[in-house]
Amino acid sequence: MKVALFVPCYIDQFYPQVAIATLEVLEKLGASVSYPEKQTCCGQPMANAGFEDLTDPCNTIFIRQFSGFDYIVSPSGSCVLHIKDHLHSSANHEETSQIKKKVFELTEFLTDIVGVKHLNSKFYHKVGLHQSCHGQRGLKLSQMSELIAPDFSKPQDLLRMVEGLELIDLDRKDECCGFGGMFSVSEEAVSVKMGKDRVADHLQYGAEYITANDMSCLMHLEGILRRQKSPTKVIHIAEILNAGL
Amino acid sequence: MDTETTILDRKTSSDHATLADKFNLDEPRVDWHDKTLWFIRKKRDKAASQLQEWEQLRAVASDIKNNVLANLHTYLLAFERNAQQNGITVHWASDAAEHNKIVHKIIEKTGIKQVVKSKSMLTEECHLNAYLKTQGIEVIDTDLGERIVQLAGEPPSHIVLPCIHWKKEEIGELFSHHLGTPEGNSDPQFLTAAARIHLRQHFMSSRLAITGVNFAVAETGEIVVCTNEGNADLGVQLADVHIACVGIEKIIPLRKHLGVFLRLLARSATGQPITTYSSHFQKPRKGQEMHIVLVDNGRSKRLGSADFRNALKCIRCGACMNTCPVYRRSGGHSYHYAIAGPIGAILAPGLDMKKHADLPFASTLCGSCSNVCPVKIDIHDQLYKWRQLLAQNRKVGITKRVGANTMAYILSHHTLYTFAGTAGRWLMKYVPFIISNRFNPWYKQREMPKPPEHSFARWYHQNRNFK
Amino acid sequence: MSSRDHILEVIRKNQPKGLPLQEIAFSDGEPFDKISKFTTVLESIGGTVIPINEWGEVEAYLNQRFSTEKRWVNLVPELRNLAPLADFTEDPHLLENVMVAILPGHFGVAENGAVWITEELMGDRALPFICEHLALIIRAENIFPTLHDAYTHIDKSQYGFGTYIAGPSKTADIEQSLVLGAHGPKSLMLFLITET
Repeated sequence: MKVALFVPCYIDQFYPQVAIATLEVLEKLGASVSYPEKQTCCGQPMANAGFEDLTDPCNTIFIRQFSGFDYIVSPSGSCVLHIKDHLHSSANHEETSQIKKKVFELTEFLTDIVGVKHLNSKFYHKVGLHQSCHGQRGLKLSQMSELIAPDFSKPQDLLRMVEGLELIDLDRKDECCGFGGMFSVSEEAVSVKMGKDRVADHLQYGAEYITANDMSCLMHLEGILRRQKSPTKVIHIAEILNAGL
Repeated sequence: MDTETTILDRKTSSDHATLADKFNLDEPRVDWHDKTLWFIRKKRDKAASQLQEWEQLRAVASDIKNNVLANLHTYLLAFERNAQQNGITVHWASDAAEHNKIVHKIIEKTGIKQVVKSKSMLTEECHLNAYLKTQGIEVIDTDLGERIVQLAGEPPSHIVLPCIHWKKEEIGELFSHHLGTPEGNSDPQFLTAAARIHLRQHFMSSRLAITGVNFAVAETGEIVVCTNEGNADLGVQLADVHIACVGIEKIIPLRKHLGVFLRLLARSATGQPITTYSSHFQKPRKGQEMHIVLVDNGRSKRLGSADFRNALKCIRCGACMNTCPVYRRSGGHSYHYAIAGPIGAILAPGLDMKKHADLPFASTLCGSCSNVCPVKIDIHDQLYKWRQLLAQNRKVGITKRVGANTMAYILSHHTLYTFAGTAGRWLMKYVPFIISNRFNPWYKQREMPKPPEHSFARWYHQNRNFK
Repeated sequence: MSSRDHILEVIRKNQPKGLPLQEIAFSDGEPFDKISKFTTVLESIGGTVIPINEWGEVEAYLNQRFSTEKRWVNLVPELRNLAPLADFTEDPHLLENVMVAILPGHFGVAENGAVWITEELMGDRALPFICEHLALIIRAENIFPTLHDAYTHIDKSQYGFGTYIAGPSKTADIEQSLVLGAHGPKSLMLFLITET
C-alpha cells in the first residue's frame, strides 16, 4: 500500500525524531512510505483561533501534496481530526472527500488498517498514557469516560504489546492537558494549571515517561516537567513503538 | 471597533483570561474548587452508569428537543391555551427589560413590597432582583446557595450550585454577620438550621412567590419545578400570587416526556436519581393568582441559526460546568455572565457579541462538555463556530489577527515556512533570551522546547531522498 | 404588534424543519426486585422505609418517635385514631406548627425512591412541605420500576397539583456537606404496606 507521511508543522520543525520514528515504524511494518516534501501545515492553529477563512492556501497545498495515495498517516490526532472535519476546497470536491476518508492517525492506522497484533518493540520503563482529547473524543481512538459505553483503547492496546513497558494508572484518565493551541498563551494561568495537574497525576503513580498521540500535549507537559526539573520525560507513542522494533 | 491592544489583547480587567489569572493566584483554593466539582462529575458518572440505557436516553431526549425546536410555534400556542384553560394568566416578554416590567406590574397591583424567589437562571439573566430593588421591592432568594450569595452581594457562580466557590468558614462568617449565628461556627448542619429559621420567617410573611420553571408541558399547560430544599413549593403554597418565569425554549411536547427528562436532569446535575421535589403545577391553588411569563430575550433569533440553535435544547443541568477543566480552574465569576462554563460561553455572545467575545476562547475544545450533555448539545462545535464568527466580525483582538494572518502567510509558502523554521531554531539555540523572557507568556511557567539541529524535511532530504 | 405576536412571528419564520416525535421504547434491563430497589434507593437519599403488615405498626412507630403533645395531622382514613383531620379550609399558614403529617401516596418509583402524591391526598398543598416531619404510606405492589412506567400510569391524570417526593428536604450548598431538613420536612418516613 502507498502511504503518504503527513508530518505536522511543529513536529517537522521542533520534533523531527517523532516523524522519523513514525516513518520507521510504518516501513518496518511493510508500508511503502512517501513524504510529500512541499507540505506545510494542516491549518489548525489558524482555524482554532477563529481564522478558518485564512486556511484556503493551506488546504490547497495539502490537497495537492496528498492526492493519489492509498493512505495518509500522521503522528497527530488533532491534525488528522482537523483535516477530517475542516479540509475543504471550492474547486476540488472529489479529491477532498477522498483525502478525508484516507487520512489516519498512526495508532488507528496500525490497529484498524494494518491490524497489528504483535510488535517486537522493547521499552523497559514505567509509562503514563495521556489521552490527547482530539484523538480520543474526535477520532474515537479510545473510549471516553463521559460515555456509558464499553471500554477500548487503540493506543493502549499497542503499548501493551511493547516488551517491558509498564503502564501506570491515573486518577483522571482523560482530562485535558490544557495546551489547546493559542489557549496555551492566551489563557496561560489555566493552561499551566491544567498541565501541572496532569503532570502531578502521572508523577504520583511513578511515570518515568509520559506518552501520547499528540506532540503538542507533550510539548506543553514537557515545558512544565523541565521547569520543575523533573527526571520524568515525554516521548511520543511512535518513538516507543519504534524502540527495538 | 477594535479593543485596545495590550499584550495578548487583555481588553479590560473583566475578560475571562484576566479574571482566571486572578483566580489562579490562590493555587490551593483552585485545587479545592477543582476537586469539589470533579467529585460531582464522578457522582454523575456513577449515577449514569446505573442505567444501561443512559446513552439511549440521551439520544431520545435530544430528539425530543430537536422536535421542539422544529415545532416551537405550535407547542407554545398549545401551552398557552392549556394553561389559560386551567386558570393561569400567560404573559409574553420580548426581552429582559419587558420581563422585568411585567413581573413588576403584577407585584405592584398587589402592593406587596417583599417577595420570595426560588432558583431561576432566567431571572438572573434578566437581572430581575436589581430591577425590582429600584422599584422598591425586595426579593429574598430562598434557595440556600442563592441566599448565601445574595447576602454576600454576588451573583451565583454555578447554575445549580450557586455558592460552590464559598468555603464553610466563610459562610459561617457571613451568617454571623447577617443572621447572628455564633462567630467561628462553620458546621454545615448548624448553619443550615439557622438558615431554615431565617428563611421560614420569610416564607411565612411573604405573600408573593416567584419561581423558575424546569419544564413546561405543551400538552397540558402544566409546569414542573424541581428542588431539593422544597423552597419553591413552600414559597408558592403560602402565597396569594405565584409568578413563574420561563424561557420559551423550556417547552416540552408531552407529559410523558417528563419521564425522559426527569431521569436525566438530577443525575446529570448532581448524581442524584431525582431531586427531592418534582412539583407539577397545573392549576393555581384555590384563591391564588398564578402567572406564567414566557420570555424570548434572543431565543427566537437564535432559533434561526443552524449553527447555534442547538443551545436552545439546554435543560440547565450544569453537567458541562462540572466536567469542564477550564471552568473548574477559573470559577464561574470569570465568565462575567449569568450562566458560566461551556453553555454560558455559547449563549452569552449571542446576547452581546462584544462583551462576551472572550468566552468561546476560554476553552481547549476538549469536547468533554458535549459528551456529558444530557440533550447532546454540540457545545464544543459551537465554541469553534463562535470563534469564526467573532474573528469575522473583528471581535478578536489585533494581536491575534495579525498573528493568524502572519502564520497563514508563512504556512502558505513552503520556502518561507522552511526559512522561518530554520531562523526560529537558530534564534532559540544562539540567542534564546530573545524568546525565553518574561514577555513570552509561554515562558512564565514552562520551558521552551529544545531546538533540534534540523527539521524533519532536511533529515529526509539528506537520508532518504535518493532521486 | 404585541410582543406575543412578534415573538410567534419570528419563531414561525425561524424554526427549522424536523422529524416527528418517535415512540419512546426502552429495552427492558436486567429484571430487579422493585421493592428492594425502592427501599435501597430511598434509604440512600435520606428516607426511612418501614415495611408494615398492619396499621397498628404505623401508630406504634410514630408514637414511639413523636410526642402527642405536638400537632399531628393525619389524612389516612385507616389511621383515624392517630389524629383528627385538620381543617383545610383555613389559611395554610396555620399549618406551620404541624410536627408530623401522615399522608397517603399514590405509588412509588423504584429507580429513584420517589412517591407520587397529588393535591386531593394532601389536604392542603402546603402540608407536605411545611410540616416538620412527613410520613407517607403506599402499598408495596404500587411501585413502578422506572419513571417511564409511572408516567404511563398518570399520562391522562387530571390534577391541579402533584409532586414526586423523594426523601426529606435537603441541601448540600455548604461545601457539599449533605444536610437533611433544609426548608421542608426534616425526615421522611415511608410506610410500605407489604401484606396482601
